[in-house]
Amino acid sequence: MSIFLDKNSKVIVQGITGSEGSYHTERMVKYGTNIVGGVTPGKGGQKTPQGLPVFDTVKEAVDATGATHTCIFVPPPFAADALYEAHDAGITLAACITEGVPVHDMLEVVGTTAGMRIIGPNCPGLVSPGKALVGIMPGHVFKEGPIGLMSRSDTLTYEVVDLLSRAGLGQSTCVGVGGDPIIGTTFVECLREFKNDAQTRALVLCGEIGGSDEEDAAAFIAEHLPELPVVAFIGGRNAPPGKSLGHAGAIISGAFGTPESKIAAFAAAGVPVAQRPSEIPQLVAERLAVRA
Amino acid sequence: MNLLEHQGKELFERAGIAVPRAAHAATPDAVERFIASAPGQWVVKAQVLMGGRGKAGKIKMASSPNEGRSAAHEIMATPMPPNRQNPAGEPIRSVLVEERLAIAQEAYCAITIDRTARKPVFVVSRFGGMDIEEVAERHPESIAKFYVDTAIGYSPFIGRELAFAAKLDRGYRKQFPAIAGALYGLFFDYGAKLVEINPLALTSDGRVIASDAKVELDDDALFRNPEFDEWRKALPLDEDEILAAQAGVGIRNFRRFPGNVGTMANGAGLAMATMDAVADAGGAIANFLDVGGGANAQRVRSCYELVVNNTGATVFFINIFGGITRGDEVARGVVEAMQQTTSRKIPLVIRLTGTNEEEGRKILADAGMTPVETMDEGAREAVRLASR
Repeated sequence: MSIFLDKNSKVIVQGITGSEGSYHTERMVKYGTNIVGGVTPGKGGQKTPQGLPVFDTVKEAVDATGATHTCIFVPPPFAADALYEAHDAGITLAACITEGVPVHDMLEVVGTTAGMRIIGPNCPGLVSPGKALVGIMPGHVFKEGPIGLMSRSDTLTYEVVDLLSRAGLGQSTCVGVGGDPIIGTTFVECLREFKNDAQTRALVLCGEIGGSDEEDAAAFIAEHLPELPVVAFIGGRNAPPGKSLGHAGAIISGAFGTPESKIAAFAAAGVPVAQRPSEIPQLVAERLAVRA
Repeated sequence: MNLLEHQGKELFERAGIAVPRAAHAATPDAVERFIASAPGQWVVKAQVLMGGRGKAGKIKMASSPNEGRSAAHEIMATPMPPNRQNPAGEPIRSVLVEERLAIAQEAYCAITIDRTARKPVFVVSRFGGMDIEEVAERHPESIAKFYVDTAIGYSPFIGRELAFAAKLDRGYRKQFPAIAGALYGLFFDYGAKLVEINPLALTSDGRVIASDAKVELDDDALFRNPEFDEWRKALPLDEDEILAAQAGVGIRNFRRFPGNVGTMANGAGLAMATMDAVADAGGAIANFLDVGGGANAQRVRSCYELVVNNTGATVFFINIFGGITRGDEVARGVVEAMQQTTSRKIPLVIRLTGTNEEEGRKILADAGMTPVETMDEGAREAVRLASR
């Protein structure tokens, strides 16, 4: 198994003829993702260099290919529209890679697109190693296995995955949930899915300062996942309050979003927090060994 | 983008929220002239983004043109004193001259975005004029909240419910639902992340007036309101933001600290983890820097110069996780950047992974740099070099 994405997921790319879209389509196809086509309004009927059909609308793409998943590479002003279009066409999972989507657009999108899971925006996408990759992650660092991973950042995710893979700890699914204040899928929603996934035997959660997604995740773990080993990491312990570091979501405001509050929440849930990414593989391995 | 008080009040006025009669002035002369033309009881308020103006003596009373002039002069003579969030303080470029209100009550009303609920949330309290964090600590029971369904938007019952739940003084009740509605309209129309009226004053003659205004607009939505371009250009960027913009990186991607270990990484999460690794290795960080995607020679050079010329860095730790980028390309970029730079040379520690990482490390070593394999190793080496 895996969550959100597997070998049979039929994926389209919105913005497939753009520079980002075409570059990453090539990589996704090479990884083995079942990409069935793409959408660029006005370019319907063309073929991509990989021979994939291009459609004018998502509806046409879904009708012709039976696509269930979409990967969105359109510029920020059009991202909400792309998500609405995907929802209207019956897509069940949309990974929105676009960075810089207005936060009010996302407020409205998440409030009105029930039935479609959104990953992101401002995220690297998701991978079910050995099965499929949707987004911009470097496929070669992943390895199939029992660890479920969720993360708010991009390169830090690759760093942690690389460490896990080198330690022989493969992954079931890795989800980059995105760095924005309003995201389609939070850690808690990932946890809910991982809970029911037979392949996943341990979890790694890479959080960072800002918001309270980590605190919510810790509460969920304490209540619903007492059996599943979880290891956490919190980036930005040395960040100053009141300033965004890099992306808008990573900001400490007042008593909210501090690393202390997140670390305390995980401690209360019995979740060890790695001081450095390099400690994560061992913490995971120890907990897996105890269970076995 | 955070707005200054007078800008926020301009938006309030457009939305139909009552604000005190006022004039925005850039010099003590202008303040004097204004009061001469409109005799009365005035308050002169520094226009800055930092909080704590009252305590810093940056809000003063004036009853005559002369008093207005000297109040403005005193306020503008020195910058806002530094605090933890703004170690450099903030220069004062203008003041707002405002009618002095006879205030009977002070309440609090704000709308922000709740990340967990993924909805706009109203926050109202009958205690205004102090930080909402302080209210939350001292009078938690006084805070009323309402989560707005964006598909429905604002309806007056929301304002009524909030006014009763927060036990606002009877004097507010009639006017509050309209004010809350206007505030929601503003929040929605301009794509704001925060709109805050603190205090929302009830005057002794029964008027409800926004006595202060705090508005944070979403930078990502500014393209929809090009009218704010002028304000954005006029806003005081802090020094780090100016330096970042000059170096061609995002204004949020660079931040300075007092230490001597310069850092740079690709991706904000990795850049934060890099800072943490240096601190854990016993070092003092000189900066946060997210170089963004791609590390070609020009980018590496401008980032190197940004750190070397503007921080106390005595060593520069570059942490590149080459997800898609090739290690040898990054290495060539770094070597080329160091050949081109005209800035002072400090030792480099470079952690490099990715496709062709061994070739990359060889290129670096051949050029006399210190390539390392892991982030921890790089942090230790950087701290060792910095403490020599």
